[in-house]
Amino acid sequence: MSANIAEMERRRDAAQLGGGQKRIDAQHAKGKLTARERLDVLLDEGSFEELDTYVEHDCVDFGMEDQKVTGDGVVTGSGTINGRLVFVFSQDFTVFGGSLSKRHAEKICKVMDMALKVGAPVIGLNDSGGARIQEGVASLGGYAEVFQRNVLASGVVPQISLIMGPCAGGAVYSPAMTDFIFMVKDSSYMFVTGPEVVKTVTNEEVTQEELGGAVTHTTKTSVADIAFENDIEALLATRNFFDYLPLSNREAVPERPTSDPWDREEASLDTLIPDNANQPYDMHEVIRKVLDEGDFFEIQPAHAGNILCGFGRVEGRTVGVVANQPMVLAGVLDINSSKKAARFVRFCDAFEIPILTFVDVPGFLPGTAQELGGIIKHGAKLLFAYAEATVPKITVITRKAYGGAYDVMASKHLRGDLNYAWPTAEIAVMGAKGAVEIIFRQDRNDPGKIAEKTKEYEDRFANPFVAAQRGYIDEVIYPHSTRRRIALGLRKLRGKVLENPWKKHDNIPL
Amino acid sequence: MFKKILIANRGEIACRVIKTARRMGIATVAVYSDADARAPFVTMADEAVHIGPSPAAESYLVADKIIAACKQTGAEAVHPGYGFLSERTSFAEALAAEGIAFIGPPVGAIAAMGDKIESKKLAMEAGVNTVPGSDGEVETTADALMWANRIGYPVMMKASAGGGGKGMRLAYSDKDVEEGFEATQREGLNSFGDKRVFLEKFILNPRHIEIQILGDQHGNILYLNERECSIQRRHQKVVEEAPSPFVTPKMRQAMGEQCVALARAVGYYSAGTVELIVSGADPSGESFYFLEMNTRLQVEHPVTEAITGIDLVEQMIRVAAGEKLAMTQDDIGIDGWAIENRVYAEDPYRGFLPSTGRLVRYLPPVPGSFETAQALPSPPQDERRGAISAHPEENPKPQAEGSSRRTGLSVAELRGGPGHIRVDDGVAEGGEVSMFYDPMIAKLITWGATRDVAADLQVQALDAFRIEGLGHNVDFLSAIMQHRRFRSGELTTGFIAEEYPEGFHGAPASGELLRALAAVGGVIATADADRARRIDQQLAGEMYAPGDWTVRIGSTDYAVALEEDAITVDGEPVELDMEYTPGEPMVDVEVGPSAGSGQAQALTLQLQPTRTGYAITTRGATHQLRILPTRIAHLADHMIEKIPPDLSKMLICPMPGLLVKLHVAEGEEVQPGQPLATVEAMKMENILRAEKQAVVAKINAAEGESLAVDAVILELE
Repeated sequence: MSANIAEMERRRDAAQLGGGQKRIDAQHAKGKLTARERLDVLLDEGSFEELDTYVEHDCVDFGMEDQKVTGDGVVTGSGTINGRLVFVFSQDFTVFGGSLSKRHAEKICKVMDMALKVGAPVIGLNDSGGARIQEGVASLGGYAEVFQRNVLASGVVPQISLIMGPCAGGAVYSPAMTDFIFMVKDSSYMFVTGPEVVKTVTNEEVTQEELGGAVTHTTKTSVADIAFENDIEALLATRNFFDYLPLSNREAVPERPTSDPWDREEASLDTLIPDNANQPYDMHEVIRKVLDEGDFFEIQPAHAGNILCGFGRVEGRTVGVVANQPMVLAGVLDINSSKKAARFVRFCDAFEIPILTFVDVPGFLPGTAQELGGIIKHGAKLLFAYAEATVPKITVITRKAYGGAYDVMASKHLRGDLNYAWPTAEIAVMGAKGAVEIIFRQDRNDPGKIAEKTKEYEDRFANPFVAAQRGYIDEVIYPHSTRRRIALGLRKLRGKVLENPWKKHDNIPL
Repeated sequence: MFKKILIANRGEIACRVIKTARRMGIATVAVYSDADARAPFVTMADEAVHIGPSPAAESYLVADKIIAACKQTGAEAVHPGYGFLSERTSFAEALAAEGIAFIGPPVGAIAAMGDKIESKKLAMEAGVNTVPGSDGEVETTADALMWANRIGYPVMMKASAGGGGKGMRLAYSDKDVEEGFEATQREGLNSFGDKRVFLEKFILNPRHIEIQILGDQHGNILYLNERECSIQRRHQKVVEEAPSPFVTPKMRQAMGEQCVALARAVGYYSAGTVELIVSGADPSGESFYFLEMNTRLQVEHPVTEAITGIDLVEQMIRVAAGEKLAMTQDDIGIDGWAIENRVYAEDPYRGFLPSTGRLVRYLPPVPGSFETAQALPSPPQDERRGAISAHPEENPKPQAEGSSRRTGLSVAELRGGPGHIRVDDGVAEGGEVSMFYDPMIAKLITWGATRDVAADLQVQALDAFRIEGLGHNVDFLSAIMQHRRFRSGELTTGFIAEEYPEGFHGAPASGELLRALAAVGGVIATADADRARRIDQQLAGEMYAPGDWTVRIGSTDYAVALEEDAITVDGEPVELDMEYTPGEPMVDVEVGPSAGSGQAQALTLQLQPTRTGYAITTRGATHQLRILPTRIAHLADHMIEKIPPDLSKMLICPMPGLLVKLHVAEGEEVQPGQPLATVEAMKMENILRAEKQAVVAKINAAEGESLAVDAVILELE
């Protein structure tokens, strides 16, 4: 008996070392942690329960039959984050460069199947050179098996990808189909074809960092959501992030205690909107003063800054926040901001996270770049996402809500549950000056008359009451009472039942 | 006594005057510009009159508008505060012509003291010491030697047209004069085309000490002791105190009597201040010399109020109403010590750059003017005057016209109540510190039995001063209050330049403080972790937060362990008493052997969560704490320290827009935070600022140009 236990222990110890001390040292020298160290940081102490520790590959080509490493380049299993169940896989770059073999893929598939079955999130720590080339098509098959599961799990359990090393070729498509991607600056990159192939095919010279580094993907492409300085930061932030997410679409949002009073008044919000309508202000201030403890976990903070998306809590329960940001491009809706917010709204809706929308939007961004870039279709994504969402939706218009953008931003007409406006709100087809220049086109050379009519239009429409008279605004509220109104609204909406007609799935304008 | 007065000022001083007036049962009228429409002083006053656009030249400085406001509201008198119209004879004359009282000195005194040369002459005639010097030009070395010996060394030989350090030469002996006099003449000629040179006594270790004067219209003039305001930055006072650590009773009397003589010579009444320059190198205290007289209430008047218990605003109003001073020189004492710090919206970490903007958070250590005034009883309305109040003990008793029983703020109030912390401010959370006016946010005044007590109170109160949304100098003030040289009282007007030659980078922290912060970091991290573990939907039962933390501050690691009834740092127990609830931005801590007894060192910490810990601000500096559970802390050692790339060499247009203004020219040196260009996009103006000190090498865009995103507007080097 003791010999058997000794044998198990020997094998376990061997598995702990992955690709060996030399490769571990090389990993550390690059500022990267090993697969197991990463799980140590991510999960609660002692909570990790490994599966498939002894799996080995079955490849017999190119001398691979002699090179077997216990675990085959990926550590899989489950554990807890602040006590809540999560399934994880962590690719081990020290074993065959983390390359994906058929067995490696099967290990990932096993935890994903489990997660889907029991309803718990999956966090993938990606650090892989790509396909196990020696295995050829078996490796490709393995990728596709993972992809299929990503798709099946989408909208059922939250999936988070951390890119903590290379992620190239087909491998990128698994993270791409998960809900959130976090990258580590300088040590991670994602691309379909790397700089060398790019050079051969298109003759473009580009570095890995420029082509697919964390900064590129979190600012320009929006492939990734947040770039972190290093492994430790990324993993600790993921722990915090996880606390906002429901375990699955069958569970309610998590709740944790807070001492922040639900009816906290913020008198300073009464003076936030500048007297001059053309002066920006920081929408972050509204968000922070409304949410519990001023805590706002922003998604894609470096991309499309004209819209803010992120998670917070009200009375300890998770909410999703979408807000126009007057500080960037006056908070206009454009291609990037529409795409960013649409995907966020759909995530919230899929996982029953109530959506708070703060509106100060002058309209859609004009210009050839936008029109030729397909703003019609991309703008429609956000409209579609808000319209199909059945979760509690509370909207607060702080200042401008002009034109079609008014409709889009969780308006009453898109089944907004509680649509509030601050007294500074202006709900109109467009700004007074533009409107007057169209209505009184014949007087456009008479500045006196234009000014007079502009004033008239402003007096008539630059307020929330025209919309409130029609019931498009449920109530005009004091800015200082915004948190109280929202907290109360969320309580009252907890019993909300609303279902869309049965369909196989919708056809969002992709 | 007046029934209604108008305050021709704004901000904290308007609030200050309103508070006393309200207490005296006098109704108040505020005047305000566009920028101040939402300011607290406007709300505080019983009436408010809008007097025009934001620039002072179009509002607060327009005498006609103030007078019109007086007529409109029936105000019988005007308190001018400081600055603006307070020392303009034309304003005082215009008021007199309209039969409106001026709560300030007589026109003649303002005029006499308004002229530098005239006032110095008057001071000499009144027997006030002035800086000894040659009477006019000195032509030869022989004459120079004669004057130098008469004045006494060291002397400064100054070219008449000199300035900026040029054409100035210091002489400590006859030899220096012999060698340098002609050279000074040549320098003057070469640099300024003017070879005239004069000699003046060089004041060693100069200190700025001023005497507060108070007089009535019946010929009574008193001095209310001195204030020392040596801590200045570019001639702007930063710290003021009363009394001065340098002044002896004998010196006080000598200074006071000379200044009263000067005031008497110009027929002075109301409050006024005689500024003196004092040589700190002369322990006899006889080397004090007249600089100028300010014929108004000073910014720093609260320190005098705190040590004398006299409400200066009240006295000014009474004097203006013709009342006699109800006290004599013998009644004026010194009780304790008071220090005032000026909290400015300027960033000491970025070369003291003005930092205007919105006060996203503003929580002074004790309620500021606005809140305390709200707590004061309202003045009786004219028609209710004399009516019987339902709660007589809560309201001032109806009083006869001119009654001396009506008083301003109490001694306790002047000293900041039971905590001896007084905040004179004119802003509120959500308000704006605008570019149009002085960037002072608040004055923090503390009072104590001794100078050290008052300074310690400052440090504590500054810790608890919460300001977010703009840069401010709270850390810098705290650093000064803790500075050994400040504590020793060895002040000179060069204090800041001498002690912070390389700028300010946060107050130094003792090893003891850092250990305490590490311990606090462990407590906070445990509390946060514990709260996080109280989330629902958990797999198993109760969970325990880790109690072992590795806290890194700077490059030092502290092993913090939380045990059942002790906290240790690196194995040594640290005694802490604190209550912390996760999410709180501020926490009070007592550290030391008697923690919890109220006797130990009390710290207020401001907490800002970061990705891997907290930024904790206290005692004049912000400390970055990386707080990791010890079980994973060693893994952090593998992380590579990153040097941020230098992106500040170019100013990149962050959005497509119109370049409406370039604030700089090629070759210009810029300071961090200085506006470089304004880009308008979607009708919004966005100001782009310099990130570091640099020289504008090349400008690539012109005003009026439409820019694409990422266009390089200018290059820096």
